[in-house]
Amino acid sequence: MRNISYVEAINTALREEMRRDPLVFLLGEDVGRMDGLFKVSQGLLAEFGPDRVIDTPISEAAIAGAGVGSALVGARPIVEFQFLDFITIAMDQIVNHAAKLRYMTDGMVSIPLVIRAPVCSGIGLGAQHSQSLEAWFVHVPGMKVVMPSSPADAKGLLKSAIRDDNPVLFLEHRMLYSQTGAVPEEESLIPLGLADIKRTGTDITVVATGRTVPLTLAAANKLSSEGIEIEVVDPRTLKPLDTQTIVQSVKKTNRVVIVNDGWRTCGFAAELMAVVMEECFFDLDAPIQRICTKDVPMPVSPSLQKAVMVSEEDVLAACRTAILG
Amino acid sequence: MHDAPANAPSEISLDMRLTWYRQMSLIRSFERAVSNLNQEGLVPGTAHLYIGMEAIAVGACAAMEATDFLTSTHRGHGHCIARSLDVGRMMAEILGRADGYCGGKGGSMHITDISRGMLGADGIVGGGIPIAVGAAFGFRLKGLRACVLCFFGDGAANQGSFHEAVNLAAIHRLPVIFICENNLWALSAPFDEMTAGKSIASRASAYAIPGEEVDGNDVEAVFRAVSRSAARARSGLGPSLIECVGYRWEAHSVFTRQDIRPKQEIEQWKRKDPIAIYRSRLIDHKLSASEKFEQIDAEVEAEVTRAVAFAKSSPAPDPEVAARNVYTQAD
Repeated sequence: MRNISYVEAINTALREEMRRDPLVFLLGEDVGRMDGLFKVSQGLLAEFGPDRVIDTPISEAAIAGAGVGSALVGARPIVEFQFLDFITIAMDQIVNHAAKLRYMTDGMVSIPLVIRAPVCSGIGLGAQHSQSLEAWFVHVPGMKVVMPSSPADAKGLLKSAIRDDNPVLFLEHRMLYSQTGAVPEEESLIPLGLADIKRTGTDITVVATGRTVPLTLAAANKLSSEGIEIEVVDPRTLKPLDTQTIVQSVKKTNRVVIVNDGWRTCGFAAELMAVVMEECFFDLDAPIQRICTKDVPMPVSPSLQKAVMVSEEDVLAACRTAILG
Repeated sequence: MHDAPANAPSEISLDMRLTWYRQMSLIRSFERAVSNLNQEGLVPGTAHLYIGMEAIAVGACAAMEATDFLTSTHRGHGHCIARSLDVGRMMAEILGRADGYCGGKGGSMHITDISRGMLGADGIVGGGIPIAVGAAFGFRLKGLRACVLCFFGDGAANQGSFHEAVNLAAIHRLPVIFICENNLWALSAPFDEMTAGKSIASRASAYAIPGEEVDGNDVEAVFRAVSRSAARARSGLGPSLIECVGYRWEAHSVFTRQDIRPKQEIEQWKRKDPIAIYRSRLIDHKLSASEKFEQIDAEVEAEVTRAVAFAKSSPAPDPEVAARNVYTQAD
C-alpha cells in the first residue's frame, strides 16, 4: 500500500492502463501540454506522445463524437471534460450515440468509451461549474456511471472502466482531488457494480456517494459518541447499482438516510429511495430521509454556497431525526 | 479550389459503369418497394427515401477501398446499397423483422454492417460527422491507412457538430472525406433561406482544406471528385469537403407531406434523372446497348422482389430479445 492523493490515483490508473494497452488514448481540452486543468494527466503527454494524449479544440460535441467513433473501430478512448457541466454540449453524442449504438445494432458493435469529468461544487465557481448531473446519465440505458469517493476506489474503478466494453461515465469530485489514502501498489481492479461498506454500524444505513462519503464518515464519529452507530454504504458504481448490498444493510438497521450531491428533485437519491421502498418497505422503522443539494443553481458567495450544499451538519441532523423521530 | 490530385482516378471501365448503373437502379427499385410496403402498412415508424440522389452514394462509394469506412444519415439506404449490403436483410430491418441487420431494433435509420465498413445510418442530423472523425483517429492509432467517407445533408451543415468535426479533422490532417449531399431542402426549409453564403463547399476555405461543388446527378463526376479526395487523404494530406448538389424526388420521409416544395421544381429536377441520363450517355457513346440496361433493370427488379419476399417472411423478433444487448454482457 502507498499513501497517495485521489488525483495521483487517477493519474496512476491512466498511466498503467496506457502502458498495458496501446489502444487506450486520452483526448480533451488541455489534457496534454498543461497536464490537465487539475493535473490529472500529469506526465502522460511526455510518456505517450501527442498521438495518444490529444489536446483538442474547445469542441465538446466533436470530442465526445471522436470518442464514440474511435471506440466504434476498436480503440479505447478516454475523453475528459474539464467540468462536468461542459458535458451538456456533448449530450447528443453521449445519450443518442454512445449509449445506443450497441442496442440499435443488436450487439453488432460495442463502444468501449470512458468519459471522465469532475464535479466541481464547493470551490466558488458558481452555477455553470458546480453541477452534479449523475442522475441524467443513470437514467439512460446503455450507460454505466461510476462515482469513486476514495483514492483506492478511484484507481481500481478507473482501471475497470477502461477495460469495460461499454460507455462509462467516470465522475470525480474536485474537492476530493487532494484527499489522500492508502492505495494498493500491485495491480488491483475493483469491479463495476459492487458497493462498499465504508463503515459498519447497527442503527442507520446511510447510503452516500462521491464527495459526501468522507463527510458522512466524519459525521459517523460524532454520532458514535452520542451512541448512534451508522453503517455507511458507498455504491461506488451508480449504474449498474449494487442493490443487494444496500438492501442487506437496510434489513439489518431498519433506518435509511441517503446523501447525494445531486439536486433533490428526481435526483439519484430519489432512485435510491424508490429501491428501498420496493425492496424493504416492511423493514423500515422510520421514514427514509434524503439529503441533497438544494433545488437552486449554485451561487458563488461562500455563505450562499454553504447554504445550498450538503454539509456534515445536515447528515448529523438527519441521523438524529431517524433515531429520535 | 482543389489541390492537384496526388493521383488521378484510374480509368473507368465498362464493367465499372455497368455496375454503377446497376447499383443506382437497385437503389431506386428498392426505395420504390419501401414506399409500397409502407402503403401496405408494413413499415413501422418511417423511412427516408433516397430516390433522385442515387448518383451520389454510388459515385462516392465507388471510390472507396474494401478497408474504408463510411458514416451515413437518416437517409441511408442508398449508402448501404452502394456499399453492397444485402438488400434482403436491409428490407427485413426496415420492416422491423428478426432477420434484419439489427434484429429489428434499429429500423430504417440505423442499418449498420461493420463487416462492410458501414458504421451506421444515424437518426440525428449531423450526428455522424464527429463519429467519422473519431473513426479516423482510431485508424491512425491502429496504424491503418483507411479513409472515412462522411455523408451528411445540407441541413446538417448548419449544425455545430459539422464545424467542430471539420475543424478537428483539419488540424489533425485526418483521412476523412466530408460529403455534403445538398438536396436543397431540409424537410420544409429551403437551402437558400437557411444557409448563409449559399454554399457548403466554400466553407472548406475557412478550414484550409479543399472544397469542391459537384453535380450530384453525375455519378462519374462524383466518383472523380471523391477519388481525388481519397488519394489526398491516403497520402496523409488530410480531409476534403465535397458538396454534391442534387434533389430528393420524394417527400422528406414516407410520413411527411410532399406538397411543401413547388411542383414545378420537383418536375424540373426529375428531368435531370441521374439514372436515365447515365443510361442515355452510355448508349449515345455506344458503350452499351439499351437491351443491356433492360436486362440489368429486370435483374434488379427480381432482386428487390426476392428481398421483399425475404423480409415479409422473416418473423417478428421474439419479445424476449427486447432487453438484450443494452450492454456487452448481462448486467
